Amino acid sequence: MSDEMDTRVAGSSWIPDAGGDRDPERPGTSDGAGSAGEDGDVGEEELERLFEAETSEGDQELALVGETDEIELLIERGAVLRLPEDAAVAVDPAGAGGAADAHFGDGETMIINLGPQHPSTHGVLRVMLELQGETVLRSKPVVGYLHTGMEKTAEELTYVQGATNVTRMDYLSPLNNELAWSLAVEKLLDVELPARATWIRMLMSELNRISSHVMWAATNGMDLASTTMMIFGFREREMILSFFEKTTGLRMNHNYIRPGGVAADLPDGWEDDVSVIVDTIAGRLDEYDELLTGQPIFRERTEGVGIIGPDLALAMSATGPILRAAGVPWDLRKSIPYLAYDEVDFDVIVGTVGDTFDRYAVRLNEVRESIRIVRQVVEKMPGGDYKVQDKKITPPPRARIDESMEALIHHFKLYTRGFEPPAGEVYASIESPRGELGCYIVSNGSNKPYRMHWRGPSFVNLQSVPALLRGSLLADAIAILSSVDPVLGEVDR
Amino acid sequence: MVDESVPGAAAPLGGAAPRPLAAELAELADVPTAFFRGDEVVFCARERYVAVVSALKDAGFVTCSDLCAVDYLTHMDRALPPAVVGERFEIVVNLLSHSRRRYVRVRVQVPADDAVVPTLFYLYPGVENMEREAYDLFGIVFTDHPDMTRILMPQDWEGHPLRKDYGVGRVPVQFKEAPGPR
Repeated sequence: MSDEMDTRVAGSSWIPDAGGDRDPERPGTSDGAGSAGEDGDVGEEELERLFEAETSEGDQELALVGETDEIELLIERGAVLRLPEDAAVAVDPAGAGGAADAHFGDGETMIINLGPQHPSTHGVLRVMLELQGETVLRSKPVVGYLHTGMEKTAEELTYVQGATNVTRMDYLSPLNNELAWSLAVEKLLDVELPARATWIRMLMSELNRISSHVMWAATNGMDLASTTMMIFGFREREMILSFFEKTTGLRMNHNYIRPGGVAADLPDGWEDDVSVIVDTIAGRLDEYDELLTGQPIFRERTEGVGIIGPDLALAMSATGPILRAAGVPWDLRKSIPYLAYDEVDFDVIVGTVGDTFDRYAVRLNEVRESIRIVRQVVEKMPGGDYKVQDKKITPPPRARIDESMEALIHHFKLYTRGFEPPAGEVYASIESPRGELGCYIVSNGSNKPYRMHWRGPSFVNLQSVPALLRGSLLADAIAILSSVDPVLGEVDR
Repeated sequence: MVDESVPGAAAPLGGAAPRPLAAELAELADVPTAFFRGDEVVFCARERYVAVVSALKDAGFVTCSDLCAVDYLTHMDRALPPAVVGERFEIVVNLLSHSRRRYVRVRVQVPADDAVVPTLFYLYPGVENMEREAYDLFGIVFTDHPDMTRILMPQDWEGHPLRKDYGVGRVPVQFKEAPGPR
């Protein structure tokens, strides 16, 4: 990581002068929803005319400006405000909030909803798109359809039960969720793990990364009309899920990585299972290359589509493949190593252009790097305990409960009351397949977290969507949305 | 350097604690800082919030990794540096420096009767969703935020669910003889 990058970011020109040319009429929030975007050159009549515009499909169910309440207007227009690009300001003479987009001619725009029920939104993501013909101008992801209050729920669950809760957030990489949770709780407890527990976690985390990325390749293929890719991806993922089932008992939502170690040791013969899996997938990746990477149609649809530069990606807090495809070599496994990632050899994959194809290539090659890591883990797996031998934190073996009164008491206390970490606040972050997955825990010294907050990479990465979509075609919007790889279970929590 | 007598002050598991930022940043000179489990925590007053974060950004913390709120209603006796008066709400910002390879945490006290904080949007556009989430779930208003609306809850929802005085939903028991809600 060079210093030049930081300088570039600090000097990037999209950041508005504090207070300088910003409009004092900007929708302040302290005075309610405010007068959104009524400023600038676009008059009220002009706006009304714009929103009355009908298409051949009839009225798009947008009410007249006068009849739309202010909050709704903010949502409909807000996206331009949140495009911190030079371009956004340059083509928008009305300044932030103007509805017309001078760059795109006569201002005959149409707003359509993509989702929440749409196969390409990978869940219940709704994106409002403002279209000029087939070109996307503004867009706004609307989330919350899957909000189940997991952060509130966590305040009612003990630290032992917490892993069961968090594993359901990012359902494509449940083990990484558990890992972030466990690392945060262990940081709070200040316990050191046995080496084997660390390496088992690394193995499972990398296998999970592979399964998540091939799953992404599958759905991405489906979005780009390659059903073969979909079948391929699901096929490869199934192998890994079978291994997970053998190891953890469950295909998903494993509750396997727990504070203090892992739930059980690896099954006998796991080396062979894992080797077969990674050898097979390594070969299949070459099939992916034949099917997609070199295929003209796929490249046409992905190259030069949805470009985001490093400065903007960093400013938008984007992480994971989006950031790396933009050329920033930032991977927490390498940069701030956790577990034993500093003891294995792997490369951080970066792109050059930051387009949809780069994000595809980064993920595909990250699978190859994960395979490298898995092979080294198989080679170097240390012996010893798979969990901390502190009976206040991890349960005794099942057989001991029949023999030892003390073991029975420990078991009972752990599962009814759990343990009580010292009061304090910790933030632990890992590199999940989607980016930086962070867990912030506030403890008040009781057996339940006082507050649990998740920094979900999908939630944060979705902010880049308006920047990625701007100026692209509607058909490309599907490819771009897919390349962001949001998991709505984690976005909405 | 770090006071080793404070529990949790040193880096976890004996790792080297990073050099305190307060030693090199003038803006942080009179701001209380502390270490917990190896993370540097900056307690800054609401008035200086944007200035301190801006100074940190200039010092290389170019990405805002995380921003969240905490409601300390039932945990007001939390440990804070002597110079800091604990309020009900706290805004917690985790900033990331790629060149230093470390995080710094900024904690801002926000009183309950005036739950308003300036936005960081113009420093870090990436906090937009996070500030909306904090507004939605805690009712803390970020002034000058471009779109201060709910993000996870429905727009017409009443109350802010992650506040400690917001009741946890209970399913009513259907038995006739039950003695009412438990």
